[in-house]
Amino acid sequence: MIKGNFIDNLPKVYGIYTGGFLAFIIIMAIGEQMGMSAKAIGIAFVAFTVAIYAIIGYLSRTAQADAYYVAGRQVPTVFNGMATAADWMSGASFVAMAGGIYFKGYGYMALLVGWTGGYVLVASLLAPYLRKFGCYTVPDFIGTRYGGNLSRFLAVVVLTVASFTYVTAQINATGTIASVALDIPFQYAVYVGLVSILLCSMLGGMRGVTWTQVAQYIVLIIAYLLPVFWISNKMGAGFFPHFMLADEVARIADLEAQFGLGTVKNSAADLATVPKGLAGITKAHSAVNATPWAFISLALAMMMGTASLPHVMMRYFTTPSVKAARKSVGWSLFFIFLLYSSAPMLATLSKLSLIDPNLATGIIGKSISEVQAIDWYQNWNQANLMFVSDFNGNGTLELNEFFMGGKAVVLATPEIAGLPYVISGLVAAGGMAAAMSTADGLILAIANALSHDLYYKIIDPKAETAKRLVVARVLLVVIGFAGATIAAMEIQGILGSVIWAFDFAMSGLFFPLVLGVWWKRANREGAIAGMALGLASGMGYLIWVRNGGSGFLGITQLTFGIFGSAVSLVSMVVVSLITSEPDAATQKMVDEVRVPSGKSILGKQH
Amino acid sequence: MSKQAQHWEKTRGLLIVTLAIWFVFSIGIFLFGAEMESVGGPFGYPLTYWFTCQGSLGIFVILIFWFANRQEKIDEEFGFSEKGDD
Repeated sequence: MIKGNFIDNLPKVYGIYTGGFLAFIIIMAIGEQMGMSAKAIGIAFVAFTVAIYAIIGYLSRTAQADAYYVAGRQVPTVFNGMATAADWMSGASFVAMAGGIYFKGYGYMALLVGWTGGYVLVASLLAPYLRKFGCYTVPDFIGTRYGGNLSRFLAVVVLTVASFTYVTAQINATGTIASVALDIPFQYAVYVGLVSILLCSMLGGMRGVTWTQVAQYIVLIIAYLLPVFWISNKMGAGFFPHFMLADEVARIADLEAQFGLGTVKNSAADLATVPKGLAGITKAHSAVNATPWAFISLALAMMMGTASLPHVMMRYFTTPSVKAARKSVGWSLFFIFLLYSSAPMLATLSKLSLIDPNLATGIIGKSISEVQAIDWYQNWNQANLMFVSDFNGNGTLELNEFFMGGKAVVLATPEIAGLPYVISGLVAAGGMAAAMSTADGLILAIANALSHDLYYKIIDPKAETAKRLVVARVLLVVIGFAGATIAAMEIQGILGSVIWAFDFAMSGLFFPLVLGVWWKRANREGAIAGMALGLASGMGYLIWVRNGGSGFLGITQLTFGIFGSAVSLVSMVVVSLITSEPDAATQKMVDEVRVPSGKSILGKQH
Repeated sequence: MSKQAQHWEKTRGLLIVTLAIWFVFSIGIFLFGAEMESVGGPFGYPLTYWFTCQGSLGIFVILIFWFANRQEKIDEEFGFSEKGDD
């Protein structure tokens, strides 16, 4: 299937796959009508999709280094765009983003701008040049451009810190979904999630991950868009929600004023009775509720972080040419745009359906006992994602007396709007696809850096291909289990740790990567200082703020990368200038990286 | 000036234009978030809201494709483009 003219047949293969998946949804819908239980539908969705990914992973097995590390550099632009979109959109994007917008409004939407704007930096500053370089991993570029084992090693360190922070959150998300869909305890579900993840990447490396990520993108985008369009039509809000929800957005603003948002405050004693993790609506839905700097600093940190995260960058090493790498960034962002532009629409529909007294589903203004008798309220209250309490004792539910978990916006809205259960099963499969695809990309990025850069380039440069690939696979499993073990302890929230990963990456890698291409004078000593001091100062700032430090310039624990990368830039420039300039061979190498034609710097197999 | 230096100069010029547009729609306009709020945007959304959930995002997509095409033209002009693949 993968051999021969597989690449030429891609549109056909994935066309059949998409048709098959849609047919599966219809069969499940018919099954539901015929009395199939909700639990059986949930299990069928998750099991069916994961089994398909595993089959793709098996068919993509390989013993070639360039297929294992960079999918043989033959992934066409549009398909690489889909794979990158799946790689990029994590469990957090899928499950938590609409919830974040629902609760925090404008201030949170800085993440939408940041997580898309970063791709402009990827396309213009880095991806085409790193593709020309011909590296297998991001530290491969750093190590060859600047020379020396120390620079390579530091790049591996930054990559590992950033990616590992990120991956525990993703394994956690696969565990959460597997535990709900398969009805097993979270501690075991985490390992079910892990095994599914490893099935995709172990045999085929980057090649296996690429073709499963394309399949996962198709599942996750159908699972996200179908409910949004369906709910919008069912509510009569508009056939095409993205262009037609202006009235609904205005209506929410009216209701917020009517219900006294921001003026009625809950006492601390009342709030203490609300279960942990749930929140009420306290911020305006569409109005500007953050200072310009709070918005801009968060967006900027996410943009620079995007351009420094190795698991995204390495996707552009798989395209056939430099030209294709550039175009592929555009396609990636297009596919990401489809989901990101829908998240605010879902948040709007979800909020309106809950708070508008004119809608049948609206609960604000109803009596507390009436709300507590609703089926879906009972379900989600049991799942610890919804809570109401009559603080003022008037028997009626007020806006400030309704609490919900962020995940409920994606997970519960279909049920609240009265969609059939088959949609909830679909959403579970979509969330699983989103979390698995990102986890695969991250685990592979770490394992490849450790096996290629640390083991092969530094420890044992004479190792044969077969041995290298065994080491790579062993590391993949070890890192996966380490991530799952930490995820099973449930120490951090999904979103917080995702944002930290961006800050770590930008602190240590943004300027060493960008200046490596755009500033010929940048040398080894400068890069070492930039990576080491950038990461150390970013991490120091985070620890300081976490331990009660006041911070400065409005830089918070979510944007500490701005401080880290500033230190990185200054130290890299200063140290480069006071030490001698790179030798002629390095300067010539930079010249060659800057033009698309000609041979890549590193050979096809290296 | 050598062919390669000219090529790099044009490439750098394109980078500056691209980053300037990027800066306006990722940072510049959000300095005026509160001021733009009362202005009506496309499809009837408040302008700030529209930019954060559709406008800036869509502009980035178009910007990257525009950039990719311009860079290809520059590469072709100096004979530095790759042959024979997509």
